[in-house]
Amino acid sequence: MADITLKDIRKSYGRTEVIHGIDAHVEDGEFIVIVGPSGCGKSTLLRMVAGLETVTGGEVSIGDRVVNDLEPRERDIAMVFQNYALYPHMSVFDNMAYGLKIANVPKEEIRARVTEAARMLELEPYLDRKPRQLSGGQRQRVAMGRAIVRKPAVFLFDEPLSNLDAKLRVQMRLEIKALQRRLGVTAVYVTHDQVEAMTLADRMIVMNAGVAEQIGAPLEVYANPQTLFVAGFIGSPPMNVLRTEVRDGTAVVGGGYEVRGRDLATGSVIGVRPEHVNLVAAGAGLFDATVDFCEPLGAETLVHTRTDAGDSLVVRIDGEAVFPSTGDRVGLIADPVRLLAFDAAGRRIASLADLSP
Amino acid sequence: MEKRVTFSNPWLPYLLVAPQLVITAVFFFWPAFRAIYQSAFIPDPFGLRTQFVGFANFEYLFSNPYYRASFLTTAMFSILVTVLSMSFALWLAAMADRVIKGSGAYRTLLIWPYAVAPAVAGVLWLFMFNPFTGIITWSLAQMGYSWNHGLNGGQAMALVVLASSWKQISYNFLFFLAGLQAIPKSVIEAAAIDGASFWKRFWTIVFPLLSPTTFFLLVVNVIYAFFETFGVIHTITQGGPQQSTTILVYKVFADGFVGQDLGSSAAQSVVLLVLVSILTVIQFRFIERRVHY
Amino acid sequence: MSGMVERRGIGVWLTHAGLVLGIAIICFPIYIAFVASTVDQAALVTPPMPLVPGGHFLDNYHEALFVGANAPVWLMLANSMVMALGITVGKIAISIISAYAIVYFRFRFRMVFFWMIFLTLMLPVEVRIVPTYEVAAGLGLLNSYTGLILPLIASATATFLFRQLFLTIPDELVEAARVDGAGPVRFFIDILLPMSRTNIAALFVILFIYGWNQYLWPLLVTTDPSMNTIVMGIKQMLPTGDEVVEWPVVMATAMLAMLPPVLVVIFMQNLFVKGLVESEK
Repeated sequence: MADITLKDIRKSYGRTEVIHGIDAHVEDGEFIVIVGPSGCGKSTLLRMVAGLETVTGGEVSIGDRVVNDLEPRERDIAMVFQNYALYPHMSVFDNMAYGLKIANVPKEEIRARVTEAARMLELEPYLDRKPRQLSGGQRQRVAMGRAIVRKPAVFLFDEPLSNLDAKLRVQMRLEIKALQRRLGVTAVYVTHDQVEAMTLADRMIVMNAGVAEQIGAPLEVYANPQTLFVAGFIGSPPMNVLRTEVRDGTAVVGGGYEVRGRDLATGSVIGVRPEHVNLVAAGAGLFDATVDFCEPLGAETLVHTRTDAGDSLVVRIDGEAVFPSTGDRVGLIADPVRLLAFDAAGRRIASLADLSP
Repeated sequence: MEKRVTFSNPWLPYLLVAPQLVITAVFFFWPAFRAIYQSAFIPDPFGLRTQFVGFANFEYLFSNPYYRASFLTTAMFSILVTVLSMSFALWLAAMADRVIKGSGAYRTLLIWPYAVAPAVAGVLWLFMFNPFTGIITWSLAQMGYSWNHGLNGGQAMALVVLASSWKQISYNFLFFLAGLQAIPKSVIEAAAIDGASFWKRFWTIVFPLLSPTTFFLLVVNVIYAFFETFGVIHTITQGGPQQSTTILVYKVFADGFVGQDLGSSAAQSVVLLVLVSILTVIQFRFIERRVHY
Repeated sequence: MSGMVERRGIGVWLTHAGLVLGIAIICFPIYIAFVASTVDQAALVTPPMPLVPGGHFLDNYHEALFVGANAPVWLMLANSMVMALGITVGKIAISIISAYAIVYFRFRFRMVFFWMIFLTLMLPVEVRIVPTYEVAAGLGLLNSYTGLILPLIASATATFLFRQLFLTIPDELVEAARVDGAGPVRFFIDILLPMSRTNIAALFVILFIYGWNQYLWPLLVTTDPSMNTIVMGIKQMLPTGDEVVEWPVVMATAMLAMLPPVLVVIFMQNLFVKGLVESEK
């Protein structure tokens, strides 16, 4: 059991810096998910924690040890890889036992630990098989088993579910979470899938272009994105983004709604979640829009509209509500508290409720 | 292509490459360097001292009619071996590709001459064409044709070409068969539906698609004919009669070990070195291309 | 299986007939050699020789194996076996470790070493006969197994083959091994070697044949008949002068010389084909 501290972590390949100084703390027993689009540096960050990449600048600590210069095996970690990285010529048993054999763990204890892990993961019938004789989900479990038997202080997961089909992914997601809870091991989990991040994380680190855009509990990040990037990345469909237009010193949104009382500089934008907007009769809302099309999804219906300012805006309404037709004019209404303002650089200013006098 | 993940160890990688590098240095680079060095000297008649002569060995070499003739002999020999063994192999592969039943058995029966050493192949053919007792010599005599490769240079050439080609057929067959089987069946079916006959299909569709394999084999066969047929020549003709089968590699051996003309032999080694470098570059460029396609 | 459109009736039979004819042409020299190794000398000196095997099989093979010409054939077979296995094992061993170093380590002169190994492709033994002989003689390697084997075991082809293979092994496997605590030596022995098994076996087949069939080099470095290998020994059995050639014994020797590599090709056919096709890529 251990906590992890990242202090101003940087990574460069030659002259190109790809990680630009990340600070984070992972509590003992916490499940942290690093989420971001491909190429954002999330895997590199994880691999620096694992010791598979050298750290160019900053300090990685696991427990109370600075591990920058330690080999992976000295860091008391276990890792689950995207393609499982099972040794193809070894049986399931040997795959799980390999790390213990290297550590000179006595034979009886290896057997006991592997059997225990296999029981936990329902792999007992397959211990003698080779990886190629297993299904994708079973291979995934073996990879998990290999991590568990080591009884490490930290679990590292590098997109472990992305090679599975959608249904299996949901099931394994739940299993991973339950297992981590049961073992109480600190976990760092990398994914590009924001749903996976939301469901698994105690806290998440949203990364973009080598920078940690925001660190926080999933619902906190969802409700209070600190940057426009986070607002767009977390949540599906993403947060609506409306441009503002400055008229006579007053900012106007959606071609009609004046954000009164405070000025927003040119280039700032307003973000609002689809579920925080409601449809009303044309003229009765903050501003009007034209319906492009509707997607009835059963539990909910997504109404795609276009404001008079030309921004597209999605409204999420109840699945049983009557929805408008393409071309209809509608009015849109939202609680000003739910309108989030971002400056031209994409940084959060404050919600409009805070701005209003 | 490079690995993303590597080990780091201050001395282990050097230890691992050391055996290969030491052997390479002692038995490849040092001899090659000596060949280049020796090619610029002539030993005195007692072999005690050597005298620097610059390019004189090369000038002498290329003014030597036997050496120039050896170039022609090598060229003719290589072309004949390559064409003969490749065309026979292609014919066999095209048929083996057509049969559905028993193609495994045919393959087994066709590939094993690959395992026969060139020198042993030489002995087998020498026996069949023995001027006095050979079975084929006798058969030819029945048809009124007299065979004696010990006297007739053309017949000697024919015999070494036959023996060398025979041994190489298996190799070519395997690669042609693999090439043919890699051609998508749908392409040929489309041609069949368009009404092309078997041979029409073969020459207009299959053969062009096979051209990477053909070109690859062309280079390999030339290299084989240049360097690996020494055993065939040495067992059957020893380069004779009247040097009619003295290919370049045989001449290096004959001048160096039999004639003890070290300066000339070294100069010949250098010429061969240049030739094999050119062939290797051609082969390597081709391999590179194949990787990209 | 077939790349050709299915044929019916007479076409199929013509194809089979063509193949049988081709096989007959390919096999004829071997058949004749076999027949010659089973008859007595008298049957061969007056043409035409018989086309069916005779009754002297045991006599001829016994004579070849235990009397021979310069050295008994069993001794030459043993020498060939030592040389072929030595070359095969040596080549595989030094190639696989140098390829391992070049792929899995970053170190100074890595690319220099790589190109040095590559250059050996351009230096077949036939090209550097005389100086290589001088080096071997200078090192006192004439008439020794070391002299037969050592100069032939550096191989760019095998090194490239292993390099190619290692490059296809996923990076995550190395990472998993490192997380499991394996250092470079353990990774090589526990993971890389077992994963290369089939390729090593395929290369073994090809290199065994290569080693067994060596001719020029043994011819140069072994002057002592007791060190002769079988492939060069046959040539020594063909006298250059007017002496009568003992053809039945020579042909029995030829059959024995072919036997080991031919058996290897036939019984390890799939490995052989794999090794051949891959080593030329």
